[in-house]
Order: sequence, then structure tokens, then C-alpha cells
Amino acid sequence: MRAWIERQRGLVDFAVINLGRRWGRNLGLFLAYTLLVFLLASVVLYGDALRREARLLLADAPELVVQRLTAGRQDVLPAEWRERLSGLRGVHAVEGRLWGYYYDPASAANLTLLVPAAGAPAPGRVLLGAALARVRGLAPGDVLSLRGYDGHPYAFTVAGILARESELASADLMLVHETDFRAFFGMAPGFYTDLAVYVANPREVRRVAEKVLDRLPGTRVIAREEMRRTYEASFNWRQGLLLTLLSTVLLAFVLLAWDKASGLSAEERREIGILKALGWETGDVLRMKLWEGVLVSLCAFLAGYVLAWLHIFYADVPLFTAVLKGWSVLYPRFTLTPEVDAGQLVTLALLTVLPYVAATLVPVWRAATLDPDEVMRE
Amino acid sequence: MIELVAVSKTFNAGQANEYRAVREVSLALEPGRVTALRGPSGSGKTTLLGLIGGLTRPTSGRVRLDGRDISALPERFLTRLRRATFGFVFQQFQLIRGLSALENVMLPATPTGRPYAQVRRHALDLLEGFGLGGRAEAKAQWLSGGEAQRVAIARALINDPAIILADEPTSHLDSALSTQILAILADLRTQGRTLIVSSHDPLVFEAGLVERVIDLRDGKLVP
Repeated sequence: MRAWIERQRGLVDFAVINLGRRWGRNLGLFLAYTLLVFLLASVVLYGDALRREARLLLADAPELVVQRLTAGRQDVLPAEWRERLSGLRGVHAVEGRLWGYYYDPASAANLTLLVPAAGAPAPGRVLLGAALARVRGLAPGDVLSLRGYDGHPYAFTVAGILARESELASADLMLVHETDFRAFFGMAPGFYTDLAVYVANPREVRRVAEKVLDRLPGTRVIAREEMRRTYEASFNWRQGLLLTLLSTVLLAFVLLAWDKASGLSAEERREIGILKALGWETGDVLRMKLWEGVLVSLCAFLAGYVLAWLHIFYADVPLFTAVLKGWSVLYPRFTLTPEVDAGQLVTLALLTVLPYVAATLVPVWRAATLDPDEVMRE
Repeated sequence: MIELVAVSKTFNAGQANEYRAVREVSLALEPGRVTALRGPSGSGKTTLLGLIGGLTRPTSGRVRLDGRDISALPERFLTRLRRATFGFVFQQFQLIRGLSALENVMLPATPTGRPYAQVRRHALDLLEGFGLGGRAEAKAQWLSGGEAQRVAIARALINDPAIILADEPTSHLDSALSTQILAILADLRTQGRTLIVSSHDPLVFEAGLVERVIDLRDGKLVP
């Protein structure tokens, strides 16, 4: 065992010296490699972090949301539907929800007005999402004036700014009192935007949804799981788009790596011949070159991954905000939870390290299987 | 004892540029002696050295080391045997550029798995023994011809082989340096090692070092 370790140590030493001897070429490869891993890992880390964030947000969402449809479009629904669903077996609670969209010309953004189930501000007051407050330059105590459904201005006093941790969901949010909501949108009492249905047993969600449809035909019932899948699909699509764009970078790198790593110079071929003549087995030469490839690719992989990690979790993701977040105007500023996923790490490593190492080994193997007497005859 | 039995070596067999470097050579080389292969350029000296040292396999015939046929050994075993038994001094020194003299000397010991500190100490001792203690960290490309040849000899000795094969060891050196190198080879002889030297340099044959001369021409032994 000790001899094996000493042998590997000798091979690693020689590999390190070799890398230093051709530092210009290897530095170029290292930088290109690091950049590639940085871009790929940034996309993957960011996409995954957003999906994780969305899952966390949905964790508190109701199991089912029931909406009324009129001519295929969502419409307000009567409050009496609450009672009609409350009696269903398996239903824990039913809440009427009030929310709607408002286009704000001043910020050129679509805002979401919502009456929270608990903790609503007093009439005439509003709690603002952080991004909206930032864009409109509002602070607690300021007055926000919006034009209501009837064309008249409605003044809301800013009661507070929503906590930044929730900004992914609350960037464009305005929390208002029920009275203000109904007055602003002209929604009569006794109507809700939709109903939130809480199901006691998660395994009964599908069954309860069927009962809801039986009782209220023509409604749309959305399960929390479907919302999660929609989020995932949205982020997957965006991530796929970026990865497609990045594939050109990947291709460029593969060409560069193949050219730099696989093309053995006459000098390198000669050196391999010398090593074999001096008693190195083909396997020793391959192992030494393997160490070289692993050192370059692994160091570059780790550097690229760490840079990507810092980029995503600590630098506000300046590169991909527009594509991956998807908000047009009100970009949320939120801190994603740093996490390292072992499976993701291994997949990225396999995608980047293995091809490079293979590219380096094939030509070395060809050279290393030649007769060493070529050196004698030079 | 090294024995060659009807050994032939043909390069590029079956092609337009087929070349028979060694033809039906049979000989026996005694251990502990200095044997010189003599002949003009292209006579097959280097190829014969390669065949003796297991660097290449014969196209036909057998090479035996202490009665064991080494020409049929699988590559892995042949390499191990070569590493443990033979030390090679190549015609063009064949040091690796960018590596120091010390690193070059240590190279053949890398696959043996001997402790690094021990190998390094041995390499430094060898370099010091050849008057190169102060040049251990010098890169190979900075060494003079005489220094490079001494480093090459030190490298051949790092695994303490019983047999040294030296291909034209004085061909790139002036007379003074050649004499110096021959003195080193004589010293190796007194250590009980077997030396097989290929050369057509008269200095080698006049130095009183060589105990047996084998003449070659066109790949064949000259009777």
C-alpha cells in the first residue's frame, strides 16, 4: 500500500511539474474551463434555487383553489359557494379570497392587490412589496395614489414594506383591507375572486377535487401540485433556453479543449518515449497524464462552481436576472438559500471533467503503446 | 548471462520501406564484463542494444537473460524487468527539458514506489559522485554536453541495475569530456556491473576499458 501511495505521489509530482512546464497553455485551458463551468453551474444552481424557493412558497398554499369560469374566463364567484363546499367530507376549511391585478402606468408594471386572510392593514392603508416600494420610491407614511375602476383616484397610506425574505412572491404585491379592495375594483359584497380549499388528508386531494367539480360543475379546480408543476415548467423552460444558448459556448470549449489537450506535440511524444524507455509502463504514463487532466479539470471545475455559487447566492445574479426571474419591471431582490446538491454537483462534474480527461487520454494512450526503442533510434 | 539466438529485427515489415536492421545474430555476453558493439553508422548497433535491453522485440529469434526468454514476456513484465535490470544511456542524452537534473535522475524510480526521500537522497548522491552536486536544480536545457551525459549516466543508475547499456556515450563530447565519461564507465565496471557499449569512437577502444569487441556490419556479426 505504501509503495502504491509513493508511486501515485511520484506521478502526481511529475504531473504538477508538467503542468508548470507548459503553464501558458494550461492557464488558458484552465481559464476557459473555469468560465464554462461558471456559466453552466450558474444556470443550473439558479434554476434549482428558484424551483426550491417556489416549492417553499407553495408549502403554505391551499391544497385546492376553486375558480368560477364564465365563457372560459375566470369570473368572481358568490360567497354562498363557501358554504356549499364547507360541508364536503375531507374539507378542513374554505376561505374566500380577494385579489386582482392593476396596471400602474407610473411604474409601467402590473401590480397584484390582495386582501390577506390575516394581518390585513387598516382601511385606507397598504402594505407594499419591496420591489414596488423601490420603484415608486415609497416609504412607510407616504401616500400612494392609484386610479380606481371608476376613474377616481384612491389614496393609500403606506403602512409598511413587506419582509424581503418573501420578495420572490411579493415583489409586485399590495396588501389592502377588504373594504378598500371592493371599492377600488368595484366588486360588490358577497363575491370573491376565488376560494381556497384546505384538505385535511393530503392523499384525499384528488378525491376532494372531484367532489368539488360534482357539486360546482363548470368551475376550475387547481391543485397545489399543479401550481408547483407550472412553476417548475416555467423555470425549466427558461433554464433550457439559457442552456441552449450556452451550448454554443460549450461547443467552443470542447473544440478548444480537444485541440489543446488532445494534440500531442512532437516534444510530448518524445517525452513519452523516454519515459517508456526508462521503465515506465504504459499504465504509468496514462496514470500520470490522467493526474494532469484531473488536476486541470478538477481545479477549474471547483473554481467555476464556487464562482457560480457566489454569483447566484451572494452577488444578486447580475448575469441571468432578465431571463430566469421573468419579471418585466419589478425585479425582486431576494436572497436565495445557499445549498449544494450532491447529485447536481456530480452531474456537472461528469459533464465537464470526464470529456476533458477522455480527450487527453486517448492520444496519450496511442503514443504510450508505441515501442520505446524509437527513442534509441532518434 | 545474456544470450541472443538467431535474432533478427525488421522495421516496416511488408512495406516498401522495409528495413532489416539486425540479421540472424547469435551471441552470448558474460556478466561483469565490458562489451563493445563496434561498427559504422547503420550497422545495427543501436537496434541490437535495444533488443538486448528489451526496448524492442525481435522479429525472429530469442533473447535470454540468465536463461529466461525475455523476448516473449508480456509488455508489463518486460518493462518491470527492464526497469530493475537495465540502465540506459542514450545517444542524445534524452533528458527531459524543463525538468531539473535531479528530477531527470529520479524519473526511472517513480514507478517503483520507493519512498520519495530515499530516491531523492540516492539521486543527489549520484550527482555529487559525478561532480554535479551544484547543478542538481539546473534545468536540463541549461546543462553542457558533458554535464548532460553525466546526468544521463546517473539516471541510468538510479534503480541500481546490474547491466548498463550505453549507446555512443562519447559521440557528442570532446576528447577531454569523453575521457571523463570513460573513467566513469570504468568505475561502474569495478562495481561489478555488466557494461554493453555501442560505439565507433576510437577513444572508447583505446581506453583499455573494453574487454570484448563485437563487430557489426549491415546488421550481421563480422567474424
